[in-house]
Amino acid sequence: MEYEIVIGMEIHVELQTKSKIFCSCPTEFGQDENTHVCPICLGMPGVLPVLNEKVVEYATMAGLALNCEIAHFSKMDRKNYFYPDLPKAYQTSQFDLPICTGGLVEIEVDGVKKDIGITRIHIEEDAGKLLHESADGSLVDVNRCGVPLIEIVTEPDMRSAEEARVFAEKVRNILEYTGVSDCKMQEGSMRFDVNLSIMEKGAKEYGTRTEMKNLNSFRSLVRAVAYESKRQIIELKKGHRIIQETRKWDDTKGVSSSLRSKEEAHDYRYFPEPDLVPIVLDEAYIEAMKKALPELPEAKKTRYIEEYQLPEYDAGVLTASGVTARFFEETVALYNEPKQISNWLMVEVPPLLKELELSMEEIPLKPTQLAELLELVKDGTISGSIGKKVLSDVFKTGQNPKVIVEKEGLAQMSDTGELEGIIEEIVKNQPKSIEDIKAGNEKAYGFLTGQVMKATKGQANPQVANEIIRKVVAKYL
Amino acid sequence: MSLTREDVSYVADLARLEFSDAEVLSLAEDLGAVLDYAETLNKLDTSAVKPTEHVLPVQNVFREDEIKPGLSNEEALSNAPDSEAGCFKVPPVLE
Amino acid sequence: MALTKKTLHEISDLLNKKEVTVQEVTQSVIDQIDAVENKTQAYLKLETEQALETARTLDETLKSRDRKNVLEGIPYGLKDNMCTKGILTTCASKMLYNFIPPYDAHVYERLMVDGGILLGKTNMDEFAMGSSTENSAYQVTKNPWDLSKVPGGSSGGSAVAVAADMAYFSLGSDTGGSIRQPASFCGVVGLKPTYGLVSRYGLVAFASSLDQIGPFTKDVEDCALVLNAIAGHDKKDSTSLNIDKKDYTVGLKDGVKGMKIGVAKAFFGQGLLPEVRQKLEEAIALYKEMGAEIVDVSFEYLDYALSAYYMISSAEASSNLARYDGIRYGFRAEEFDGLVDLYRKTRSQGFGSEVKRRIMLGTYALSSGYYDAYYKKAMQVRTLIKTDFDEVFKNCDVLLTPTSPTTAFGIGEKTSNPLEMYLSDIYTVPVNIAGIPGISIPCGLDQQGLPIGMQLLGSVLSEEKLLQAAWAFENESGYKNMKAPLGEEA
Repeated sequence: MEYEIVIGMEIHVELQTKSKIFCSCPTEFGQDENTHVCPICLGMPGVLPVLNEKVVEYATMAGLALNCEIAHFSKMDRKNYFYPDLPKAYQTSQFDLPICTGGLVEIEVDGVKKDIGITRIHIEEDAGKLLHESADGSLVDVNRCGVPLIEIVTEPDMRSAEEARVFAEKVRNILEYTGVSDCKMQEGSMRFDVNLSIMEKGAKEYGTRTEMKNLNSFRSLVRAVAYESKRQIIELKKGHRIIQETRKWDDTKGVSSSLRSKEEAHDYRYFPEPDLVPIVLDEAYIEAMKKALPELPEAKKTRYIEEYQLPEYDAGVLTASGVTARFFEETVALYNEPKQISNWLMVEVPPLLKELELSMEEIPLKPTQLAELLELVKDGTISGSIGKKVLSDVFKTGQNPKVIVEKEGLAQMSDTGELEGIIEEIVKNQPKSIEDIKAGNEKAYGFLTGQVMKATKGQANPQVANEIIRKVVAKYL
Repeated sequence: MSLTREDVSYVADLARLEFSDAEVLSLAEDLGAVLDYAETLNKLDTSAVKPTEHVLPVQNVFREDEIKPGLSNEEALSNAPDSEAGCFKVPPVLE
Repeated sequence: MALTKKTLHEISDLLNKKEVTVQEVTQSVIDQIDAVENKTQAYLKLETEQALETARTLDETLKSRDRKNVLEGIPYGLKDNMCTKGILTTCASKMLYNFIPPYDAHVYERLMVDGGILLGKTNMDEFAMGSSTENSAYQVTKNPWDLSKVPGGSSGGSAVAVAADMAYFSLGSDTGGSIRQPASFCGVVGLKPTYGLVSRYGLVAFASSLDQIGPFTKDVEDCALVLNAIAGHDKKDSTSLNIDKKDYTVGLKDGVKGMKIGVAKAFFGQGLLPEVRQKLEEAIALYKEMGAEIVDVSFEYLDYALSAYYMISSAEASSNLARYDGIRYGFRAEEFDGLVDLYRKTRSQGFGSEVKRRIMLGTYALSSGYYDAYYKKAMQVRTLIKTDFDEVFKNCDVLLTPTSPTTAFGIGEKTSNPLEMYLSDIYTVPVNIAGIPGISIPCGLDQQGLPIGMQLLGSVLSEEKLLQAAWAFENESGYKNMKAPLGEEA
């Protein structure tokens, strides 16, 4: 029997606001415990929430970027449950009237295009963190409480781990472009919950699903889906039933396990949040948000192909991340050779980043520096191979290419006097080459050029050197 | 209608409250009486009535996205029954 | 006449004329507290030393300038569910027995800016749940008109502080009658403003969509003055109305000639004490004499208000009170086995029985399978009741009703039957459900010498009209700044 994997996703994304969703505390990551807190996010008695306007803007922009309908009327609700990282013992979220509904994202896997449906996007607050869990107890840090989130809920439209990964990456790329989130997975700015079930291929009804929460990298997403789908298929083949449950993904062991919690079945007792008033967005607002949206990846890719005459492959790579695209465009503005810039960004930059263990967000190279470097190569001050060395130096020292070329004396030797001396010396010591040339072997010129480059540590301008070599060799003929 | 003991126990569990057997009995009775009284509501056909969540038509109340000073770590923890290393301390969460 | 017996505006006049000092005023109230507080138990926590210190400083300042405000130098009391930075705020609950807020309630900030002098925090039913102030975890406040009677609730302490001249005014909170009913039982003026007129920031929440802060005063003019101070928009409360500030004393004394005063049968039904009915009828007659037009109005859904109220308020309370878990502040059980047990033990030991009963009721009403039948139904009935009031106020300016079906009942009389206790709120809860303003003013005494209260209701933001109608009655009837026997003895 052939099986089909059915995957739906819930993606939590922290919005890149300065302050929290309901209070004026900073959202900054990585501060000392319980220092970005106030009576409101600590859930003290009698305090009241006021919604951050940027949260509504960002959620609207995210919705538009993911092709959703924006609700003209939405409201906040309370989701009630007890947990030490939830100070009010309810999470302020949206239940029946979310801010966005009905979007879609097109993905392409193995050349096949496919739409993944977005059921809804709603606004909510993040919870705090539990630290140093041990038998002695747990410590509660409230800093993250009230950091604004959107939760993106998809339709169960994905059928493989690869589709799930491509979809997740695409969503990340789009959100990063819109600027609503930094999408830093290592800081938990983007987390995936995966709902997975198995059905017979072609079946109409989905199987029983399990949920894996808080997957925080594409790698663990792919591994978790692969493991869990295999586990379910094995269970089904054994004739077992799948139990609907939440499972914990252990990324180090590479296995998922049942979270047999002692908690009661979830009865969240949602009800409308009486302390917050409805969000009413008119067409004018939605239009203004549409205008505020930056160019999204698809549109950018098309434009790169048309405007810069880049191959589709290059355009795809450059627009796959907003940071790369921005870097590319800023460099093109300074040095109008798109294909060259594209080559350097695609070929030379990645290994250097890898060597220094940096992400594109943390690149030490500035667009002005890359433009300067390419100018130096173009005007013959340095050769292409010296250019690569200079680039590596810029990465390591942060100094501008011109400074490095100057300091290291890397400029090409075009001084005919100096070169003539060196070349005469070389030709004198290579009678074999003269013989070869006499015998009509033109390749010997190449050998001599190689000797010159070696002697000048690559700094000789090859064209100038060639001319002098021919002149000097002629004397012996 | 009246409330069963199981109803009371289920709700108590949701609300993180515990009661003695005697309390459960008297709660079942007290709450049952209030709920019986509330049954009068079900005499009304409200199928076409919109619920009133907010009594006044206030909407779109937002604050600017700006940072204001909050509490220091000491102030935040000053009322805590148990704290350690700048954090609120609770018994082990994973049992 | 002793200083303490005077009204706020009378004292303000004396201070303006510099006939008394702030210290004299403050000291006289503290003397009164010393004399009667052991009998009434109105205050949970007194701040008399700080009050005297503030008074001393203020007197110094006032040597070189005039008073900037009518409340400057006036001693007052605050219900203990309003947060006061650095001052214990317990909500009369064991759960918050040691809670010292690091922030102020908006109303307290306002009063501080105006120069009021805080005397202390007043007793209440735990978390404002109750109608007699017997649900306090700490003490039972007695009615100064008869120490064997309850003062009403939940703002009983604030009502008694004013009734027994232990403050010139006080603030209470009203979720289903918690200002008006104790005002009625204690013979003082109590106003529940329109929902959203006074900021709820820093008011420990009971039922967020119903809670509203308001004043207790000795007469109607004082009520207008205190409302002037506390009403107004607050950015920290999303439900606060963003409207221009008003002076509620303007037009206060314009009388009721031509005013349409509505009377509805629904408010004079079963359970209404004959003596209360009689005083209300006398009041109606007096209004007629003063030139008001009395009109009959009717309600269709009022009978459902009490049920809807208990569903909505308990549901919201169950969520609002979930934060008391023994982790960040307040009481934590001494012995527990693990996290879940910490929650259970802390909450079971920290809350009193009425609070637990309401949490249970509210949790039930929101729980899976019952939401539509109870909570949603109640919210729909809320729509109907609101519409009812809208219709009524098309035909009259002000609606006149009893505040409570009875006068103050005996301590312990209703504690064993929650439903009976709930029924004493029957005339006050519809007002919170509709979000409209209501004022209770004295309209006489029963045969036992206990005060009877009359309630005047109006449409949203009709406080001026209510105060105008209330002032006219008070002035004509002479039921003004009535002195409780306890106050007389002292």
